[in-house]
Amino acid sequence: MIHFLVHDTKDDVGVAVVDIEAGTHCAGKILANNKPLEADATQAIPLGHKMALRDFAVGDTVTKYDCPIGTVVKAIKAGELVHVHNLKTKRWA
Amino acid sequence: MGLRKITGYRRENGRVGIRNHVVILSVDDISNAACEAVANNIPGTVALPHAYGRLQFGEDLELFFRTMIGTGSNPNVAAAVVIGIEPGWTKRIADGIAKTGKPVADFSIEGKGDIRTIADASYKAKEFVQWASELQRTECDFSELYISVKCGESDTTTGLSSCPTVGNVLDKHCAQKGTASFGETSELTGAEHIVASKAASEEVRKAFMAAFEDYTKLVFDQKTDDLSESQPTKGNIAGGLTTIEEKALGNVEKLGKKTKFVGCLEPAEAPAGAGMWFMDTSSAAAEAVTLWAASGAVVHLFPTGQGNVIGNPIEPVIKLTGNPKTVKTMNEHIDVDVSPILQGEMTLDEAGELCLDMIARTANGRLTAAEALGHKEFVLTKLYRSA
Repeated sequence: MIHFLVHDTKDDVGVAVVDIEAGTHCAGKILANNKPLEADATQAIPLGHKMALRDFAVGDTVTKYDCPIGTVVKAIKAGELVHVHNLKTKRWA
Repeated sequence: MGLRKITGYRRENGRVGIRNHVVILSVDDISNAACEAVANNIPGTVALPHAYGRLQFGEDLELFFRTMIGTGSNPNVAAAVVIGIEPGWTKRIADGIAKTGKPVADFSIEGKGDIRTIADASYKAKEFVQWASELQRTECDFSELYISVKCGESDTTTGLSSCPTVGNVLDKHCAQKGTASFGETSELTGAEHIVASKAASEEVRKAFMAAFEDYTKLVFDQKTDDLSESQPTKGNIAGGLTTIEEKALGNVEKLGKKTKFVGCLEPAEAPAGAGMWFMDTSSAAAEAVTLWAASGAVVHLFPTGQGNVIGNPIEPVIKLTGNPKTVKTMNEHIDVDVSPILQGEMTLDEAGELCLDMIARTANGRLTAAEALGHKEFVLTKLYRSA
């Protein structure tokens, strides 16, 4: 079973394609090159939500589809949930 | 793909429709009651009530006429009865529709009252319905279908599965000289560079960027916050989408991998030829689909993640989802399930073929989920306040 998918090689978040419980050792795949990868979820990641694949500091940019999707407003550690509580748009702020 | 044939209604102007509606078109808000009464008298007609049509002016009025005339002119419409409060604008709309060659009749209420207008319009509607019931479907090329695309209540699964499925369909359809249109101007924010790179010429790219920048200015002129919960919507956020950039990058997967877009359309403007076209629309589902139906689109592809239920009275809306939870919880709304993509159990090419098959079945008469459930959202786009 695949737990998460990553769109592009430079992306630093993965998308859960099943509900992931905290503490799960996850199997993932990069769609751009079909390469498998693994990650440990430290928080619950519901289906469709994003898991950090690296540590982020405040002010960092999150990349998905090989493009910026927003600015980190609260530090994030690898394996944690990335969503509206720690990531904001760069465009209409 | 090239071998697919469908059966459709070839209209007087040569265009192919896949439905055979007789519409009772309301010119203005105060004529809705008469239109609905006629539709109630004559089963087989469909009333198109809406909230506007009085004291509009300037560009907003032009868009209103384009939308009303375009709706009546859509090849999915066999004949139209137009009812308004006064004869001037009523006749202007009827005359616009009549240019297609299809039967049109107009009725106005002033000097006569609702009851006599309803009676007169009902006799004509009955005549049109009986006439339309004898029209036959004939074999047509799949490529004669004008397809519009827009997603709604998106989540991250739409960018992974249902939107790229639509992209696969558009690549195949446009390669066969089919016609298609995408839009949702505000929802391209963060992916506008990708859209711009798909323009067929520098002129088209500039026209797209001008429309995009105009919409961006509107957002900045009117906004009171960063639009969180409006764009992305609360539903988008519940589904895992965090920012407009992320939503837009999933959205533009619908544009396919190979196809360039050949031009930019004003809202409700008909494409001048085959190929993929950008239309400057809002991202609100019912408003946008109403504009595409008015531009002549005969079938709409609607990827959804969290489960949008929208339909349109004259343009069948086919729903696709790649979210396995939505497949279970909102199954009655879903026409095409592409959720196996998430586990690698279905390729995008296979999903595209599945969707093309569903378009062909819909063209041949299968009711979409939205049609079977009675969704008939007809929502005019209003540019600013009336006079």
